[in-house]
Amino acid sequence: MAMRKVPPLTPARPEEILLAVRPWFIPLTLFVAFLGNLLPASGSGQVLRPDFVALVLLYWCLHEPRYVGVGSAWMIGLLMDVGDATQFGQHALAYAVLAFGADFFRRRVLRFSLWQQAAQVALLLMLCAGIVLVIRVVGGAPLPRWTYVVPSLVGALLWPLVSVMLQWPQRPPLSPAER
Amino acid sequence: MRHIPVEPPAFFHRGPSPFARLAFFGLLSIVLLFADTRYRYLESVRQAVAIVLYPLQRAVQMPGEALSYVATYFSSQRTLAEDNAALKRQLVAEASAVQGYPLLQQENARLAGLLDLRSRYGAAATAVEVLYTSRDPFAQKVFVDKGTDTGILPGQAVIDADGVVGQVTRVYPMMAEVTLLTDKDHAVPVRVLRSGVRSVLFGSGAGRLPELRFTAPNADIEIGDVLVTSGIDGTYPPGLAVAKVETLERDTGQVFARIAARPIAGADRSRHLLVLAQAVSLPPQPDEPAGIDAVKRGKGKSRRGG
Repeated sequence: MAMRKVPPLTPARPEEILLAVRPWFIPLTLFVAFLGNLLPASGSGQVLRPDFVALVLLYWCLHEPRYVGVGSAWMIGLLMDVGDATQFGQHALAYAVLAFGADFFRRRVLRFSLWQQAAQVALLLMLCAGIVLVIRVVGGAPLPRWTYVVPSLVGALLWPLVSVMLQWPQRPPLSPAER
Repeated sequence: MRHIPVEPPAFFHRGPSPFARLAFFGLLSIVLLFADTRYRYLESVRQAVAIVLYPLQRAVQMPGEALSYVATYFSSQRTLAEDNAALKRQLVAEASAVQGYPLLQQENARLAGLLDLRSRYGAAATAVEVLYTSRDPFAQKVFVDKGTDTGILPGQAVIDADGVVGQVTRVYPMMAEVTLLTDKDHAVPVRVLRSGVRSVLFGSGAGRLPELRFTAPNADIEIGDVLVTSGIDGTYPPGLAVAKVETLERDTGQVFARIAARPIAGADRSRHLLVLAQAVSLPPQPDEPAGIDAVKRGKGKSRRGG
């Protein structure tokens, strides 16, 4: 048997047939993203910090809609509400809409290259942030400054990296000819 | 003729459509939002989830803590010597005030005893450390590392070395949420140290300075005036430094002056804070005479701030 050769950390080529995702890998990545959201930050870190959970959630909603959908997004949103001490249901609603948007645009988004996907991901992340904004403004919060959109843009910039990293374990080992 | 099944094969079954799911969970979210903001039904659920999340939050803190520990360990001899010298100078500078203090305290106790006032504060305080700031851009909150386990209660005042930072708003078993002065829903009753004018300082949200609202344009307030807590709310002990007046606009066309003040405490910088136990016990509100009660029923009853 040929030794398994790991593929490089690059986007999968179109002709590659991806392996099935390991079921424990999805919760694990979401958990790590959740920890990322709990990281303490201050100053510019707080302005720039993207919503890692939304980003990873979006990836799985786009790529594995049979495992991750509106319901699981909603549950993760509830956890995020406790972690952030925001009102119950705020992130839940935003993530549920994000998951729905991902499902709605799935066949279109995945046809593009990673950077072209990133532009569409930016819109989806802004939709998610927009729902939080509406909930808070209806609840009486003041309008935030323009930096409110920055995390969504940073998240979109990270999209190619996140995609490549999350896809990597599913790529088939290289055939002997490719080594 | 081949039989064509009416039902599609089980392979295609995916449960309700995404839109149906979205509608269901969307409605559920809105119900939750109402239940949480209006009625606070879900506090116990929140507490339970918070206990589970607590170890995660601590675990995430660790790399940063380790880094800062290493940095402290390797901070050079010279920095330490300089710090030491600066602290000694400060000690000498403040010595005169400190030496006079016991005398003043004694005198004050005697006078207060004469006037039969209840002692205002001097109660227990708990030193806490900031764990992390909330990721929520709409609120100004920090989380500190002690909670009901050390007897912290919601409503207690939180200060740092320079002045008032905010107020405890929610307590978890091992953590407490502190709303900062700058939060939009936060108000502190204050007094101008120089002139004694009373007012209330309202937070205005991230990036904006808190404002003194409802202050007459001719009030005796100047730029640079220090605002201290007035203590009339029963939450903040009187005399704690709060903010310094930074901008002042008196427009005779307006009913109130526009006054913005910069918090003196490092509300978003300091790591080590002190939670003051509530020792201010206000006397119970006097009963209104029976005759007036009927007349006043339509108006607001409570006049106490807080």
